[in-house]
Amino acid sequence: MASITLTDIVKKYGDGYPAVNGVSLDIKDGEFVILVGPSGCGKSTLLRMIVGLEDITSGELKIGDEVVNEKAPRDRHLAMVFQNYALYPHLTVYENIAFPLRLQKGKYTEEQIKDNVEYAADTLELREHLDRKPANLSGGQRQRVAMGRAIVRDARAFLFDEPLSNLDAKLRGQMRTEIARMQRRLGTTTVYVTHDQTEAMTLGDRVAVLRKGELQQVASPRALYEQPVNLFVAGFIGSPPMNFLPGEVHGDSLRLPFGDVPIPETARGKLAGRDLVIVGLRPEHVEDARVLDEDKRAKGATFSAEVDVVEWLGAELYAYIPFETHADVAQKLEELDRDLDGEGMRTQMIVSLGSESRVRDGSSAELWFDPRRLLIFDPESGENLTYDDEAARRIDAETEEDRRAALERAHRDAEKQANGEPAARHRQAS
Amino acid sequence: MGATKALTGRQKIAWAAITLVVLVWALFPVLSILATSFKLPSDLNTGNFLPTSWSWTNYEQILGPDGSAQELFLSSLRNSIGISLIATAISSVLATLAAYAIARLDFPGRKLILTTALGVSIFPVISIVTPLFNLWRSIGLYDTWPGLIIPYLSLTLPISIWTLTAFFRQIPWELEQAAQVDGATTWQAFRKAIVPLAAPGVFTTALIAFFIAWNDFVYGISLTSTEAARPVPAALAFFSGASQFEDPTGAISAAAVVVTIPVVVLVLLFQRQIVSGLTQGAVKG
Repeated sequence: MASITLTDIVKKYGDGYPAVNGVSLDIKDGEFVILVGPSGCGKSTLLRMIVGLEDITSGELKIGDEVVNEKAPRDRHLAMVFQNYALYPHLTVYENIAFPLRLQKGKYTEEQIKDNVEYAADTLELREHLDRKPANLSGGQRQRVAMGRAIVRDARAFLFDEPLSNLDAKLRGQMRTEIARMQRRLGTTTVYVTHDQTEAMTLGDRVAVLRKGELQQVASPRALYEQPVNLFVAGFIGSPPMNFLPGEVHGDSLRLPFGDVPIPETARGKLAGRDLVIVGLRPEHVEDARVLDEDKRAKGATFSAEVDVVEWLGAELYAYIPFETHADVAQKLEELDRDLDGEGMRTQMIVSLGSESRVRDGSSAELWFDPRRLLIFDPESGENLTYDDEAARRIDAETEEDRRAALERAHRDAEKQANGEPAARHRQAS
Repeated sequence: MGATKALTGRQKIAWAAITLVVLVWALFPVLSILATSFKLPSDLNTGNFLPTSWSWTNYEQILGPDGSAQELFLSSLRNSIGISLIATAISSVLATLAAYAIARLDFPGRKLILTTALGVSIFPVISIVTPLFNLWRSIGLYDTWPGLIIPYLSLTLPISIWTLTAFFRQIPWELEQAAQVDGATTWQAFRKAIVPLAAPGVFTTALIAFFIAWNDFVYGISLTSTEAARPVPAALAFFSGASQFEDPTGAISAAAVVVTIPVVVLVLLFQRQIVSGLTQGAVKG
């Protein structure tokens, strides 16, 4: 187990294009860090540089206190789970898992190898498949074998390269929690690459958002959601994605396509001297005004809008409201959409209402939101003008505390298990 | 393949007829040689396909302790087996390493090696053999095993390198990376993760290389003069009948049958290796 420190890491390919550009990241011992971003943002390249499969053009990579830039993968003592698992097809599951142990000649006896492999197999519930070949396993089983191969030896860190992207949705959910549980129990430093934001939000202690090889923001999932530093992070985190509306500044109020709202106290100073801003409003922060009580209604702004399409999902209801965007921000928003792998569709606002809402296709809806939850962005740089550094730090500190508590609990469970007491989850399972 | 439609009755008959024609066309000469090898010398010119009386005379002649062609045949058989096996072994090892480098490593001159290999293989053997004959005589390789092994390598290496390069390109690169991350050196990753997967391809290639060496006639007859190195295809031309008025056709047929056996055995032996889809399941399937 070790910390991983990246300092100004750059990866340039032959044509001079920087796939990773000046990334600095400090991964603490035992931390679970997610690298996330749209395709082509350099997240996988970064991971492969950490593990040693790609050369580092410039910058410094430290594992523990040791600079490993020039070390071969085998000397970095990291374990990696590949996207397509990369199992050895000619070996049985047992031999696949034992492979890293057998490579360290003379370090383990046959007996110890057996113990270690069986422990890993039990952890991942692979015991009955040990004699089978990978070709005869299902996708989820192969994935677990790949994880078994990673956890069987004392690697200093685990690296995951989109490990769940080949699984179907249900299995993905199960494996996700399994990975989280395993990491907590083992307490091993983990770097996990994904483009799936559910995985990013649920698994990570901290999430690093990348865009075109550059680090945008590193923060806890909650801080990313509540205090994104710029348009890109705001648009990437959250599902359905945040709505971006043009906002004209008129004195103390902002003119949005659906009406005027007062500018929140916190943003007032930063908006001075600006005419046009981009306003971000999360779909889930909008509610149907008709189902709200008077008290709450009075605290926010209401507006009415023509609903184009409604999607009812049981737990919630999405309403799509088309609007005319401002020509000056249209280009910026289009560019952002491309960066986020979007298709440049029509400009529309998505709102997520309670499922009890009576809003229907083609009807006119009375909608409510709290202006204090608006995020306001600079239309040129995309910077978040309402970013509150202190709040972000506070959230990160809270998350850090939660993580410590979870780690401690996991260790207590592990000790209990070692002492012969079944841990809570095993009792449930049986 | 896509969707294979069920064949109608008429199509089935047509296919069966075509198959039959091809089979007869391919196997008739083999059967003819087999039949001839069991004929008595007096039976050779009767024009019957099958021998009138089955006899082992021809086999006794080439294999029996006091057969007239026994010494000639057995020594050439030994030469053929030895030379072909050594040439195959050397070309398999060299081609495996070369193909691996071409498929996996990015070095200048990859294309050059492949085109050179192709270039070498398109030279007609007959145009090389005369200069080679002179050269071999002056440096003392004439009528020796190495004197044949070296030209055989020039025949077998190009095709081996091409076949194996294509095969290595199909093996997932990530397996080797996974092995390296698991703690293997480059060599260990090659030996433990790639070689077992490449084995079917290497076997197939070795088999092809062996046949090329085994079947060669031009080098065999031009670069040898005695039993020291003469291979079977060349030796067959030196068979003589029991008397100068008798054709050695029977003995030649028997020898031809005998040298066909190792080929058939090899194909049957390696068939499973060739067919087995070992790469299945390495990646998401």
